[in-house]
Amino acid sequence: MTTTPVMLGDIKRVVTVTVDGREVRVPEGSTILQALHAEGTPQQADTPTLCWAPNLDPINACRACVVEVEGSRVLVPSCARKVEDDMEVRTDTDKVRHSRRMVLELLASSVDMSQASADVARWMSEYGVDADRYGPPAPPAQAGERDRRHAGHHHAPDGSHAETVAQPVKIDNDLYVRDYSRCILCYKCVNACGTDAQFTFAIAAAGRGFDARIATEFDAELPDSACVYCGNCIGVCPTGALKSVREHDLRAGDDWHPEEETVTTTVCSFCGVGCNLELHVQQGSIVNVTSPADHSVTHGHLCVKGRFGFQHVQNL
Amino acid sequence: MDLRLSGAEATAEERAAVDALLDPLLGPREADDRAGPDSGHEARGHRHLLLPALHAVSDAVGTLTEGALNHVATRLSVPPADAYGVATFYAMFTVEPRAPRVVHVCDDVACGAAGGEALAGRLTAELGPEGTGADACWVRSPCLGLCERAPAVMFQLAGEPDFSHAPAVPDDVVAAARASSVVAGAATAVEADAAFADPGVSVPQTRAPRGERLRLLRRIGTVDPESLDDYRAHGGYDALRRAVDLGATRVIAELKDSSLTGRGGAAFPTGVKWDGVAAAPARPHYLVCNADESEPGTFKDRVLMEHDPFGLVEAMTIAGWVTGCERGYLYVRGEYPLATRRLAGAIEEARRRGYLGDDVMGEGFTFDIELRRGAGAYICGEETALLNSIEGFRGEPRNKPPFPSVSGLFGKPTVINNVETLYNVLQVLDVGGPAFASIGGERSTGTKLFCVSGAVAVPGVYEVDFGTTLRELLTLAGGLRGELRTILLGGAAGGFVMPDQLDVVLTLEGAREIGATLGSGVVLAFDTDADLTAILRRIAAFFRDESCGQCVPCRVGTVRQEEALARLERGAPLGSRDTELALLDDLARVMRDASICGLGQTAPAALQSALSLNLLSTPPDPSTNGHRKVTTT
Repeated sequence: MTTTPVMLGDIKRVVTVTVDGREVRVPEGSTILQALHAEGTPQQADTPTLCWAPNLDPINACRACVVEVEGSRVLVPSCARKVEDDMEVRTDTDKVRHSRRMVLELLASSVDMSQASADVARWMSEYGVDADRYGPPAPPAQAGERDRRHAGHHHAPDGSHAETVAQPVKIDNDLYVRDYSRCILCYKCVNACGTDAQFTFAIAAAGRGFDARIATEFDAELPDSACVYCGNCIGVCPTGALKSVREHDLRAGDDWHPEEETVTTTVCSFCGVGCNLELHVQQGSIVNVTSPADHSVTHGHLCVKGRFGFQHVQNL
Repeated sequence: MDLRLSGAEATAEERAAVDALLDPLLGPREADDRAGPDSGHEARGHRHLLLPALHAVSDAVGTLTEGALNHVATRLSVPPADAYGVATFYAMFTVEPRAPRVVHVCDDVACGAAGGEALAGRLTAELGPEGTGADACWVRSPCLGLCERAPAVMFQLAGEPDFSHAPAVPDDVVAAARASSVVAGAATAVEADAAFADPGVSVPQTRAPRGERLRLLRRIGTVDPESLDDYRAHGGYDALRRAVDLGATRVIAELKDSSLTGRGGAAFPTGVKWDGVAAAPARPHYLVCNADESEPGTFKDRVLMEHDPFGLVEAMTIAGWVTGCERGYLYVRGEYPLATRRLAGAIEEARRRGYLGDDVMGEGFTFDIELRRGAGAYICGEETALLNSIEGFRGEPRNKPPFPSVSGLFGKPTVINNVETLYNVLQVLDVGGPAFASIGGERSTGTKLFCVSGAVAVPGVYEVDFGTTLRELLTLAGGLRGELRTILLGGAAGGFVMPDQLDVVLTLEGAREIGATLGSGVVLAFDTDADLTAILRRIAAFFRDESCGQCVPCRVGTVRQEEALARLERGAPLGSRDTELALLDDLARVMRDASICGLGQTAPAALQSALSLNLLSTPPDPSTNGHRKVTTT
């Protein structure tokens, strides 16, 4: 008789941490957020996140997921901070709730969040966001104006309007649009384009401070950039800043019906890799293609064919 | 990774500037470099040369053009979008066409009211609105670190060395900007540097009768900053000799005995930091000296580096030897052209004479220093942002932990020290740890440098024992000019101290007792004529400009803070004044609690301090007709 070796993965020590007074045990190397997701109460597991995604390394930019950790003067990002023995975490203090509310409120006051997920809308409501208290939004910037701002210089405001990132949508190719009025600068697209998935590096953060933006070199149009149209940036965008031209057109034509959407899982037929595809169908027509973040082959990322090459399915 | 570049080509001049820097380091390229990048893996290992390469282009031609950026991207195998992201991060670089002669006019807290704004007005009339002009232009600048000589300007000239000019004489500035005539003391870098020769201007304690107790400043004005021999004749390299004789373990013990704490603001015990890196198992170790002195109102490190550059080279060598580093990076802010020249000269001389290199002082250890220039980014004074900047990434702070002593530069154990801290190490080795600790107490031992400017008779860097009171320090600076309204202590990230608090003891602990902070040692005095609302507006604008933009609390919070302050200033609150104060308090809390780094965490500090002390007079008192005279209540 032969024995079959079984892959166990890394053997990990278990770490005990206290969350809101209750002890939980999670594998060493977990982040606080993973501990909250795995062992937390429903309320603890419902920690708001924007720049975090299960298929990306923690980015730690939005600060929506902050928690209190005993011994730390400032709040810590639960998405990036790893658990340690005897760590005392608090998720529902005034300090935590205030910072989460303000992060969501500051974003809502400066960015169009209307196409963010239902969770984001719910968090904004539950945390009591009041984006209007910063005054009426300033008029949108002209096309390209935000791309030409110089680091370290801005025009002194008079405070009568709240500055925003509003600007015209960038449509320069057939596959997707970049609607940076909706960009919260979470860096997810940059990392998906770069070291977390695609290694194409077509986009990067440029500029500084409130004038920072996601850009190609010299704001070149996508066809002139290194972009390979894998669409992985769309796949991770949490606010609808990056979306397919098809979705953009349907929304613009008031023909977008998410409530009717069905999702069908299939396997991509273009090559032998075997990527799982999720076909998002509205009114009998494919509107988007995604892949599950926990799929062992794709980790949620696709190539141009899998994500956009679906028209033939409908040419019946 | 294949690079995809646009068709834009570098000019011969741009190419020559980049290649002059990179050829000696990477080896020359084949004739046709459009054929493709250097072999990727090796070239990517040189990404840390991105900032120096961008400097090379900027120094030579002024604007970072698309062609030049393509050439840099090719040679270093950096994606052009990444290179563009880095280039647009720094205020001293421009990717949009700009005049080759740029005058940076300091309009910050010390210079603005002391002639900076007047100069901006004059230059607008002469050269046109800010940032415009074909041959020469002017731009506003955050603090240039020349506060004791306000107002200050810095010339950034394509094809010529940069230089500073302070106090700036408007006629000379205009003439030098246009290069229309040779004006005494301003036309060339050499002449401009010569105007800084008298140490008595920046360090009044070196004037006769010379202060007897000077320790950190003891060589200022007595040593020739360009002569290693003169440095040695004034006790130079005695400390390194002593360190080698003692051995690394004893040096760390002395540092721990001295209770020396970091002078960069965080006040971490230096001995503990060095011990941590010395003992770290991962190799290699790196040393970084943080000379990116950018806190508004701060100029002490600049003065040390300009007048005693070998002192920093020696102190870094000691730090490198004790903590097991063979390479140290000296990151000096881009707005310090004279300090940069002095340090470059000192490093070169030390290398030539065997005080840096493979066999330092014949003691058989290796240590060398690489000088790196910042390019206009306050955030790069934050230690992890500084590391990213050196590595060729945007100067965005990293998440901590891991701390740099575990995973710092290039992911290796790294010891990062402020300039003043390193000069203190020389002092510890000179007198011994216990003697050093006998001055002051608790976490505040030894002497401290303060940057005194504003409404005092004799502004400058002053060295006093920890334990001196603010009143004594002001007396040392010749007393106040006019009637004191308030003092900004610790810089833009600090807070205000009122006239009835002048007996505060200037220690970390004493400052904390009154809810203040020593910060970077800024003591900026305002008299009753000062327009404090304008000062606060400048500070709010400063943080809005200098936020890196990475995290939401700081990126958006600094914008909302400036807007709310503008409404208060105009007497046009949304809702009531109380609503606005509550809004500012909400903003302050999220910035303080949830920002990634110290910039965001301290961005509301000065404004909150001013509000709590009722220093913001709004709505404007009608009796003053909106003019600058602010009546105290």
